[in-house]
Amino acid sequence: MAAPKIIVVGGGLAGLAAVIKIAEAGGTVDLFSIVPVKRSHSVCAQGGINAAKNLKGEGDTTAQHFDDTIYGGDFLANQTPVKGMCEAAPGIVDLLDRMGVPFNRTPEGLLDFRRFGGTLYHRTAFAGATTGQQLLYALDEQVRRYEAEGKVHKFEGWEFLSAVIDSRGIARGIVALDLRSMQLRSFAADAIILATGGIGAIFGKSTNSVVCTGSAQSAVFQQGVYYANGEFIQVHPTCIPGEDKLRLMSESARGEGGRVWVPRAPGDKRAVKAIPESERFYFLEEWYPKYGNLVPRDVATRAIHKVVYELGLGLDGQPMVYLDLTHIDRETLHHKLGGILEIYEKFVGVDPCVEPMKIFPGMHYTMGGLWVDFNQMTNIPGIFAAGECEYQYHGANRLGANSLVSCIFGGFHAGPNAIEYAKSVAAVEGDGGAATEVARQAEINGKLLKNEGGENPFKLWRELGKAMTEHATVIRHNNSLKQTDEKIVELLERYQRINLSDKSQWANTSFAFTRQLKNMLELSRTVVLGAMLRDESRGAHFKPEFPERDDERFLKTTKASFTGSLEGPRFEFEDVDVQYIKPRPRRYDAAK
Amino acid sequence: MATKTVTFEIKRQASPDAPDVWERFELDWRPGMNVVSAMMEIAANPVTADGKPTTPVTYDSNCLEEICGSCAMRINGRASMACSALVDNLDQPIRVEPLTKFPLVRDLQVDRSVLFENLMRVKAWVPVDGTYDLGSGPRVYPQQQEANYPLSNCISCTCCMEVCPQFNVTTGFVGAATIAQVKLFNNHPTGKVFKEDRLRALAGDGGVQECGYAQNCVKACPKQIPLTNAISDISRDVMVQKVKDWLKS
Ligand SMILES: Cc1cc2nc3c(=O)[nH]c(=O)nc-3n(C[C@H](O)[C@H](O)[C@H](O)COP(=O)(O)OP(=O)(O)OC[C@H]3O[C@@H](n4cnc5c(N)ncnc54)[C@H](O)[C@@H]3O)c2cc1C
Ligand code: SF4
Ligand code: SF4
Ligand code: FES
Repeated sequence: MAAPKIIVVGGGLAGLAAVIKIAEAGGTVDLFSIVPVKRSHSVCAQGGINAAKNLKGEGDTTAQHFDDTIYGGDFLANQTPVKGMCEAAPGIVDLLDRMGVPFNRTPEGLLDFRRFGGTLYHRTAFAGATTGQQLLYALDEQVRRYEAEGKVHKFEGWEFLSAVIDSRGIARGIVALDLRSMQLRSFAADAIILATGGIGAIFGKSTNSVVCTGSAQSAVFQQGVYYANGEFIQVHPTCIPGEDKLRLMSESARGEGGRVWVPRAPGDKRAVKAIPESERFYFLEEWYPKYGNLVPRDVATRAIHKVVYELGLGLDGQPMVYLDLTHIDRETLHHKLGGILEIYEKFVGVDPCVEPMKIFPGMHYTMGGLWVDFNQMTNIPGIFAAGECEYQYHGANRLGANSLVSCIFGGFHAGPNAIEYAKSVAAVEGDGGAATEVARQAEINGKLLKNEGGENPFKLWRELGKAMTEHATVIRHNNSLKQTDEKIVELLERYQRINLSDKSQWANTSFAFTRQLKNMLELSRTVVLGAMLRDESRGAHFKPEFPERDDERFLKTTKASFTGSLEGPRFEFEDVDVQYIKPRPRRYDAAK
Repeated sequence: MATKTVTFEIKRQASPDAPDVWERFELDWRPGMNVVSAMMEIAANPVTADGKPTTPVTYDSNCLEEICGSCAMRINGRASMACSALVDNLDQPIRVEPLTKFPLVRDLQVDRSVLFENLMRVKAWVPVDGTYDLGSGPRVYPQQQEANYPLSNCISCTCCMEVCPQFNVTTGFVGAATIAQVKLFNNHPTGKVFKEDRLRALAGDGGVQECGYAQNCVKACPKQIPLTNAISDISRDVMVQKVKDWLKS
């Protein structure tokens, strides 16, 4: 038979990793991405990638990496895939090194490693503070090589709208929209892999890139794929608040010795330098002596919230605390953190080597995502998922520098598994439902263009983001979650009255955005209602009404399925694979 | 209370063959505002300064932190990244136009795929044997990493090409970014196996010889890539390669 034809949607680390494996195995790939793949969100990753290579004589092992990841994720992640990832990580970092990633080096010419949150080992390989950029480029270059050989065909500037699913419930391809000509088209494939990243845009402002809307995930969710653990999103403790986005200040700043503090006296008006050591409250170090500033993100984020909102110690009464690097010499900072310090200086106009940075938590990462089995396949045969868009590797909280490795590992698995699957899938009958799906999408487009009414999509989006950030991030109460869901339902209803100011059919970005908005609204309900159902606190999910973890009832994966826009998602729970490490209480104030 | 406002003038063009028009916008000033956040504001309220309804502006952006290279445009006449262009640092009215050296798509969006094509032409990759586990990569000393890392920071924004007097259809010049990538891959212990191919690709018309050393590129580069340095190194290598090839023939 002919070589299997696979479609990969998304050209971040996960998508490109999948493409490389497929091309290497002799398959051909159509690669779809909204932005040129080299501009994917993965380029933003700063701090590094984890692998227990134990090059610092600390006795680090992949088993220890596995334990840190499971513990950090509060035991919610299925253990088999996480174990596989941690065991593969050293090989992945070696491969990236061979591909030419300019990782920082030790004097002997070996890979250098730094510390990150939630571990006591130096386990994070890094390329300055632009690791994601360097990794993405390395994979992008390999894909370009396969493109030159004709094994990969890129469709950049095309947006995935939906899967083509035949009458037997098997995926046979996709429908995509050319973002220039606004042309709709179906593309056939033996299997498709979604690698479409996180859902930050649902929260309005986040650390994510503009195209991280979760629209693709939501589209297949509405076509029948389960969405798992939607309620688990990560709020990163250290971000720079901004008008258009929250810019991340990487955990590596603390990995290299950065300290978080506030003046002990509320509203202390003195210049930073005039506040003596004894009058500074290094709250993470005091509360968590063992891990100090490198407690996991959920822990640090809640601590900052407490300092600001309960103790009233925010800087100048504002929701902000210091992240201080000024005790470290400029040379070291430049060498190891250059990229992120530049971001701070460029966007805030203050030199962080001289003055402590002012930071606050912000929406950062999507732990939940498309439900997949251990082969990275969703419940719809032929639809695979890898990277931040699926739920597998991080449980209730992701450890820093574990995402890049999970994206590459997931992509490396999804690719070959998709080929395996494609070899045995029954032949498609007719067009596999492509024409019907194109017609369904054309109808949605037609309706949107004809809509009358007074609603503006960007304003609805702001309202969504505000409600989600206020009620569905760090601290969750059942009554406000309920109100948030009602708000989303209201927005869905107002969505019907969106009147596009631009109805043209050429490079119409607001049209594309408005389509995404519908999907964002549908998906945000799984976050809010999933959080409402989970009456416990676990990892990043924190409910003051239920402050303890409740393994009896909730050591379970949440699975949402779509029943209709009005009906809302339906939920069920699935047991978690805990065969290797027995769940134990998670605490960071002492050794684990 | 009178709010402080910011004035923008934006060059609009509905499609490649439509006429261009300038539109003026008056927006409320906000702390930390940049050119992209102004575009977002216009999208939420697409009305010009004289109250005329218009459409949201089409432009490219993604990361909003000057690392993805999407949002290059001309701001007050300079090729710049819109996400890091803070309004407070710009003279008003802030005049925004698309890059001029690339085919226009719509408004501020242009087609810059030529850079990716050039990178393919010069084999800008390290030819690894395969993705299976072959152990660690070659040793690289910190000094070498420090030389390569800056080159590897190029975000493919094409600002260097926009400002280059030699980068145009007549010369077919590849531009500074591609030359810098050739240096990067020729420096790599494994990447250098294609060194000769890359140098030959830069030897003829449109190659490194087109550069007139005007140094506009290095001034415009938002990532401070040592471009003129790379160009002179590669020029020398290309010359040496030419002589070698000539002696062999
Ligand atoms: C600021 C920041 C710093 C980070 N730092 C680190 C770090 O140091 N270490 C770490 O491990 N992790 C880090 N992370 C997390 C990590 O960067 C991401 O989780 C990871 O890069 C996601 O990769 P991905 O391949 O899943 O998706 P992405 O890189 O987001 O790529 C998604 C792709 O899908 C495409 N796409 C999306 N929707 C569609 C559609 N409908 N149709 C077609 N294409 C579509 C996009 O164009 C893009 O190509 C960081 C995240 C942020 C925000
Ligand atoms: S130095 Fe060369 S590449 Fe740079 S702007 Fe001048 S002519 Fe162009
Ligand atoms: S060399 Fe500089 S200006 Fe040119 S594309 Fe790269 S980052 Fe942009
Ligand atoms: S949006 Fe990425 S560089 Fe400006």
